[in-house]
Amino acid sequence: MTLKLGVPSKGRLMEKTFAWFARHGIELSRAGSDREYAGKVDGIEDVSLILLSAGEIPRELAAGRIHLGVTGTDLVHEKLPRWEQQVEEIAPLGFGQADLVIAVPACWVDVETLDDLDAAAAAFRATHGHRLRIATKYHRLVREFLTDSGVADYTLVDSQGATEGTVMNETAEAIADITSTGETLRANHLKILSDGLILQSQATLWRSRVAEYGAAEKAALAEVMRRLG
Amino acid sequence: MPNRSQIQARAAMMRVRFEAAGAQVVDPPLLQSAETLLDLYGEDIRARAYVTSDALRGEQMLRPDFTLPVVQMHMRDGAEPARYTYSGEVFRRQEHDPDRANEYIQVGYEVFDRDDPAGADAEVFSLFALQLRGLPLRAATGDIGILTAAVQGLRTSDQRKAALMRHLWRPRRFRALLDRFAGRKPEPDHRAALLAAADPMACDAPMIGKRRPAEIAARIDALRADRDTPPISDTEMAGLDSLLGVRETMPYALEHLRDIAVDLPQITPALDRLEARIAALQARGVDVGKLDFEASYGRTSMEYYDGFVFGFYAERRPDLPPIATGGRYDALTRRLGNGAEIPAVGGVLRPDLMLEIEEAGQ
Repeated sequence: MTLKLGVPSKGRLMEKTFAWFARHGIELSRAGSDREYAGKVDGIEDVSLILLSAGEIPRELAAGRIHLGVTGTDLVHEKLPRWEQQVEEIAPLGFGQADLVIAVPACWVDVETLDDLDAAAAAFRATHGHRLRIATKYHRLVREFLTDSGVADYTLVDSQGATEGTVMNETAEAIADITSTGETLRANHLKILSDGLILQSQATLWRSRVAEYGAAEKAALAEVMRRLG
Repeated sequence: MPNRSQIQARAAMMRVRFEAAGAQVVDPPLLQSAETLLDLYGEDIRARAYVTSDALRGEQMLRPDFTLPVVQMHMRDGAEPARYTYSGEVFRRQEHDPDRANEYIQVGYEVFDRDDPAGADAEVFSLFALQLRGLPLRAATGDIGILTAAVQGLRTSDQRKAALMRHLWRPRRFRALLDRFAGRKPEPDHRAALLAAADPMACDAPMIGKRRPAEIAARIDALRADRDTPPISDTEMAGLDSLLGVRETMPYALEHLRDIAVDLPQITPALDRLEARIAALQARGVDVGKLDFEASYGRTSMEYYDGFVFGFYAERRPDLPPIATGGRYDALTRRLGNGAEIPAVGGVLRPDLMLEIEEAGQ
């Protein structure tokens, strides 16, 4: 058996992950063509590469189907309740930085903080007869954050993409989404609340606490850990 | 651990006892309209209840409790006065504690009665105490109505009172608002700057979204009005602080609260109701001299209760949720009654936990 390492299958995240491991003497690459989701590992024994969608890696770690996995802090915290008990953080990879934030229209001059958002939500509900809608795909993290901050009279609406556009389209009044530079938010006339930072995320290497580790996997894991220093 | 049929048998026995007390058996559906529940509890309910859906009826929730459907049923076609009992599963999502059940049986008793609220409070509490007799439990009681009366009678703007009432169930947020309204915490800088601006509405960004300029202007007016509202007085703040700290046996708590009413005279009618309740409990044989009363009790978990509240806790098992909880929810009948309303009080028991404690005690 081999130690299974899950890595995002696409784009810059995959390339940067390959480069990061290469710096530690572990050569990851795609087997065959660019379209094939099989991986190849050189420079270390008994480690196999599994290419997966970044969004599925938390689940695979929690199910113990992979031993190690690279994915964002945001996805692990959102998808795995009590994540500390299911996975262990091994190393932040230093890229893929993004903040999960609450943003509102920049023209809301009266709303700078969560306290303002709460007051605006109360008035909005009284005026429009429905609660203030916040578009997001991070339902659990956002709900826990808002509950903790004492914000009421809001409702979460699901948005799996182009979330910044929901306000202009009037399908939501505010959003909670990840941003790295804030460029997309600004382009869509949104601003971040001054205390609206929910989570700082980056690409991170995780170890599954529930996967089975036989002798070969244990040895391979020890070797990976030695290489990472 | 008790098995399912033992729990069912115990639940049936308890329900029969409530029937003997005059209650009619009701059996509300498992699926409840998500809209009504969301309206009532807000987004937080999604963390506690299982949601499902179909294309015809939209979102439905597996019932997280019985109170809501029983109230709806009563408001639709109930006679007065009415007493109901039920037993059946409720479903609660658990995201943090895998040891807590996500499906369990509740047995409940609800009284809808206009004439004698103190008597109805005492009736529910004493019937619950009877069902739980012999178990090593501690009873806690409180009264949300006293805090509500204190807030509504504050000598400050309606706007501030409404903000406090809205967050009565979020103690941390309530405290932050109170401190600001009392001038103990400065107004945030960004707000002062906004109100000082020559044209606060001035903004480079285009107006987008469903919240219109008039609503933003109205909020700025409200902020201005709030800035010009004098702080809540030290006397009233001291009164509220002592009120929130009251934690004694019932008769002493009442005495202490009567002293506080010198500074907060608005709570006197609520204290008269507490006094009548104590008398009614005593008349039913409850040892009120040993019954705890906490003025802050029920503020974090019992969102629809607005008067008398109570809970029974396993003294030697702090890991267990309450074995029984209940209280008065007059306002809920108003919100669900389409103009109608009726004073109501009731509660639920957990036969599974009762059996677990009994087993452990043997």
